[in-house]
Amino acid sequence: MKQFLSFVKKEFYHIGRDRRTLFILLGMPIMQIIIFGFALTNEVKNSKIAILDNAQDVASAAISSELEASRYFDIVSELHSYKDIEAAFRKGTIKLAVVFPQQFNNDLQHFNTAQIQLVADASDPNVATTLTNYATAVIMDYQDRVTNGRKLPYTIKTEMRMLYNPQLKGAYSFVPGVMAMVLMLVCTMMTAITVVREKETGTMEIMLVSPVRPMKIVMAKAVPYLLLSMINIASILLLSVFVLDVPINGSLLLLIAESVLFILTSLALGLLISSSTDSQQTAMFISLTGLFLPTVMLSGFMFPIENMPLPLRIISNVVPSKWYYDIVKSVMIKGLGITAIWKETLILAGMTLFFLTLAIKKFKIRLA
Amino acid sequence: MNEQIAIKADQLTKRFGDFTAVDGISFEVRKGEIFGFLGANGAGKTTAMRMLCGLSIPTGGTATVAGYDVYKQTEQIKRSIGYMSQKFSLYEDLTVKENIRFYAGIYGKSDAFIKEKTAFLLQELHMESEANKLVRSLPLGWKQKLAFSVAIFHEPGIVFLDEPTGGVDPVTRREFWNMIYNAAAKGITIFVTTHYMDEAEYCNRVSIMVDGRIDALDTPAQLKKTLQASSMDEVFLKLARKAKRNAD
Repeated sequence: MKQFLSFVKKEFYHIGRDRRTLFILLGMPIMQIIIFGFALTNEVKNSKIAILDNAQDVASAAISSELEASRYFDIVSELHSYKDIEAAFRKGTIKLAVVFPQQFNNDLQHFNTAQIQLVADASDPNVATTLTNYATAVIMDYQDRVTNGRKLPYTIKTEMRMLYNPQLKGAYSFVPGVMAMVLMLVCTMMTAITVVREKETGTMEIMLVSPVRPMKIVMAKAVPYLLLSMINIASILLLSVFVLDVPINGSLLLLIAESVLFILTSLALGLLISSSTDSQQTAMFISLTGLFLPTVMLSGFMFPIENMPLPLRIISNVVPSKWYYDIVKSVMIKGLGITAIWKETLILAGMTLFFLTLAIKKFKIRLA
Repeated sequence: MNEQIAIKADQLTKRFGDFTAVDGISFEVRKGEIFGFLGANGAGKTTAMRMLCGLSIPTGGTATVAGYDVYKQTEQIKRSIGYMSQKFSLYEDLTVKENIRFYAGIYGKSDAFIKEKTAFLLQELHMESEANKLVRSLPLGWKQKLAFSVAIFHEPGIVFLDEPTGGVDPVTRREFWNMIYNAAAKGITIFVTTHYMDEAEYCNRVSIMVDGRIDALDTPAQLKKTLQASSMDEVFLKLARKAKRNAD
C-alpha cells in the first residue's frame, strides 16, 4: 500500500508540474460545451429566404407574412421570375425559396386545393430538410386557420410530438457526445502517453527491475486520471444544467456510475495502446485516429448510425463511446433506469475486461 | 551455497526462436567484486543481464543471483539488487528529494530510514542546496551520480550498471568510478557493462562476450598477458574481431 501511495503521489507531481497540459485537460470540456452550445448548432434560426409571388393575392400575402413573423425565417428578397431563384441560390444569399403559382387564392377557394413550391439549397441536406419542414409547418398552420370549422372531405392530419426534447435542442444530443469525447481523450490518450513516456525515459525499466508488481504501476497511473475525469464530468454536467438548460432527467448516481465504467474502459484502452508502442508520438497518433475520430464519427453523436451503410453500422458496435453515448442519452435525457440500459452496461464492462486482459498479457509478453 | 558468491551462472542460455542470443555462459562473481561484462553491440550482454535481473526467463542452464534462482525466485532477486541503465533514469520533473523518496518508496523503505539516509546522501554528494531543485536543472554528471546513489539507496547486495557512464566527460567518469569503488568497499557487488576500455581496467575481473558466448574471463592484467596485448583496447579488438554476428 505504501508503495502504491508513493506511486500515486509521483503521478500527481507529474500532472501538477505540467501546468499547461493540466490547464488544457480541465479547460477542454468547458471550451467544448461552450463551442457546441453557442456556435455549432444545427437549430435553424433566422434563415434567409426569398418569395416568388406569382399570385399577389390575399392568401399568398398572408402566408408570406406568417413566414416572416416566425423566428425561423427572414425574407430577404422578393423575386420576380424563376431565373431569379437560381441566381439567388448561386449567390448564396438564400437557403429557401417559396413559390406561389398564379391564381393561388382562386384555386384554394374554388378547387379546394392549391400548390406551393418550396425550393431548398440541398448542398447541406440536413439544413434543407429542416427548413422545408419548418416552412410546411407554417403553411399548415395557415391552412388550419382558413379551413377552421369547415370540414374538408378528405384530410389526414398528422400530429407530431417530439418526445424527450420537445424544443429539438441540439444540446440534448451533444452534451452526451462531449462527455464521451472528453473522457475518451483524457483517459485513453493521457494514460497511453504517460506510460510510454516512462518507457522513453528509461524509468519504466527501473521499475520493472524493482519488486513492484507491474499491475501496481499501471493502477497508480490510472488514479489521477480517474480523478481528473470526475472533475471534468462535474464541470460538463454543471454547465449543461445551469447554462444550457439541459436537465438530468434520470438518476445522477447511475449517470456517475456509468461514467466511471466508461472511464475504466478508456483507461484500459490507454494501457493497451501503451503496451503496443514505445514512442509518445505513436501513442498519441493511435489515440487520436483510432479512438477520437471513431468517437466523433461513429458514436451517433454527429451522424445518426441508422443512416449509415451496413459495414459502418457493424463497425460502430465496437466503438465503446457509442455505447456510453447511448447510456448517457438514456439516463440523462430520457430519464431511464438501469433496466433500460443493462445491455449497454454489460457490453461496456465486457470491453473493459477484454482490453485490460489483453493489455496485461501484452505487458507480460514484453517482460519474457 | 557458498556465502562468498554473489552471482553464479552455469550454461545459462536464452533462445528466441532459431536465434541463440546467449549461448551457454558460465561464470561466478564474488561478493564485493567489480565485475566488468564486456562485449560488442549485439553480443548478448543485455539479454544476459536481463536474465540475471529477473526480467527474462532463461531457456536453458541455471543461475543464481544473491542465492536466489533466476527461474523461480525473481521476486526475491528484484528485492536484493539495484539497477541503473544507460538511459538516464530519474524523473526530470521531480526534485532531487522527491526522486529519492519515490525510488526508496517503491522498495518499501520506512519514512524514518528514507529521511535519515537522504540527509546523509545529500551531504555526501554535496547537494544539500540542490535538494529541492528539479532534476532537470542539474548538470548531466550530477544526475548520473545521483542516479547511482538512488540505485543503491535501498542497500542492495548487488548492483547492475548497464553502460552507466555513456555521454559523460572524463572527469565525471573518474568521479563516478570513485563512487563505484566506495560502494564495492562497503561489500556491494558491482556488475557493470561498458564500452570504455579504460574503465575495463578499473574492474577486478572482466568477461568478454563474443556471439553469445564468453570468450575470455580473467583479471585485466592476466588477459593482457595471455593475449599479448598492451592494453584492454587491444584485448577487446583481438577477441571481438572473431565475431560473425552483425551488431544491431
